[in-house]
Amino acid sequence: MRWLWLLTWLLPWPGAAGAAGDASPLPVAEVAPGVFVHAGVHGEASAENLGSIANVGFIVGERCVAVIDSGGSRAAGMRLLAALRKVSALPVCYVINTHMHPDHVFGNAAFVAEAAGATVVGHAKLAAALTARERGYLERIRQELGEAAAGTRVVLPTMTVSDTKEIDLGGRTLLLRAWPTAHTDNDLSVFDRSTRTLFAGDLLFVERIPSIDGSLRGWLKVLAELRRPEPAYVVAGHGEAGANWPQAVTRLHEYLSLVLDQTRAAIRAGRTIQQAVAEVGASERGRWQLFDDYHRRNVTAAFAELEWED
Amino acid sequence: MKNGRIAVIARVSLAGLTLVLGLAGSAAAQDKPTANNWEMIRQSLFAGRTIDENAAAVLELDTPTRAEDAAVVPIAIRTKLPHTASSYVRKVYLVVDHNPSPLGAVFTFTPESGRADIETRIRIEEYTNVRAIAEMSDGRLFMTTNYVKASGGCSAPAGKDLEESMARLGKMKFRLESDVKPGEATLAQLMISHPNLSGLAMDQVTRLFTPAHFVRKIDVTYGGKPVMSAEVDFTISENPNVRFYFVPSGPGELKAEVVDSNQLKFESSIQVRPGKTAGS
Repeated sequence: MRWLWLLTWLLPWPGAAGAAGDASPLPVAEVAPGVFVHAGVHGEASAENLGSIANVGFIVGERCVAVIDSGGSRAAGMRLLAALRKVSALPVCYVINTHMHPDHVFGNAAFVAEAAGATVVGHAKLAAALTARERGYLERIRQELGEAAAGTRVVLPTMTVSDTKEIDLGGRTLLLRAWPTAHTDNDLSVFDRSTRTLFAGDLLFVERIPSIDGSLRGWLKVLAELRRPEPAYVVAGHGEAGANWPQAVTRLHEYLSLVLDQTRAAIRAGRTIQQAVAEVGASERGRWQLFDDYHRRNVTAAFAELEWED
Repeated sequence: MKNGRIAVIARVSLAGLTLVLGLAGSAAAQDKPTANNWEMIRQSLFAGRTIDENAAAVLELDTPTRAEDAAVVPIAIRTKLPHTASSYVRKVYLVVDHNPSPLGAVFTFTPESGRADIETRIRIEEYTNVRAIAEMSDGRLFMTTNYVKASGGCSAPAGKDLEESMARLGKMKFRLESDVKPGEATLAQLMISHPNLSGLAMDQVTRLFTPAHFVRKIDVTYGGKPVMSAEVDFTISENPNVRFYFVPSGPGELKAEVVDSNQLKFESSIQVRPGKTAGS
């Protein structure tokens, strides 16, 4: 898959595309039979990448196709749809959002418009979380993408998952699982039973520094559960996990545990939030991409969460 | 504000130095706050008075240049001004020019405070000047201003987990951050569990803004005498956290009384005695 995301840099990017036919297809790799993934770049959303910074993909059944995360803008969604159309002419029956973050949901508008009849699926808490953040998210995407953000809007799920749910693509069943608060309060994973491929969403970050926008303690608990049922191949929200996924989980677990332990110790020692931010987790610098953009914020979030521990 | 769906008007009332927050559910478009905010606030609070506007040498304002999280921006105000019975810092104003409610907090001190230093965490809605203004007991005014890059802190939904937050509403924790020595300024931390809802985040079901609900007033006394009080609003982050000083003359009770915008009252206290060590 690595060469593919190199390719995504080399290919020319169109501006805001019109109909699916006009958008140039996102490069995708078939990571398991009928399971296609586009690898996002490790950067911040911009007019150049159209917000395609997260891994997105689709799974093709005999009856229809399920899209798993739609990309960071309507334009990115159009490019994903174009990639899908190169592989399959079947209808898109589901657009599944793994959580609320813009790089995962802002392509929804492309599928709702161009693949009428697609049902948007999300965690039971997704709609509330997205609505509350809608204004800020839209403002930010317009700043980051400029004109390339055209047509990007929030499209809420109409099918929700509060525990687990199975959906059928014709000869192929996906197991959706809604998690307690972890990376966010609306994380949803997708497990393809026929290939044992797990789309972990942002419950798993590889290479790119994770961002804590839910609960640090909750996330550590959820990580321990991710392997049930045992996947053969894992698609992370960012970075390549693949068949070596247990190592990726371990690495993420190490980072989160370190932030937990050191922030907790700082609170107990009466350190202020500023002091904790300056001190906690320094040994992790150099081990993650975009460390300086997110790590200090993670410590801030951890501090605010942990200071109310009893 | 930017989309004109609501109008948020912060008024500074000279009489009570309180904040009045007007939330209109519909149309009335309001221009986003401008640089003139400070002039308006200055006129309301300090009309005709001279302010030493470059007081960083005696009034330190510690803020991040770029906030990690606009909803939790740690700030520290440290004074090097005298703090004795005859000359002391009476008030410290915290102004965030471009916030929906620019006058975020007014802290009041007494000689029993020992020092007029404050640390807390605030929300910042957009790139803005943050100002600390200290008012001495003789009326002199000192100001230090920092520019902070942060956005979206006020309109972000409070609480990564609002249910948990509401279940803990009004719970408080006191903590001594330095050893207690009679007659010396002692650092204490007060934590208040409160979502401090700004009223600027949208509810999915009603498509209305989640009603504002925030801590308005904090009064801390030691042995019955005021040491620090604060009039605040949703500029203060969720779960308000204040570090302040007080001077224990002997054993006594450090007590906080808190009132929120729904007139809910909470209180908490700890017994303090000389020799007591930090962290207890």
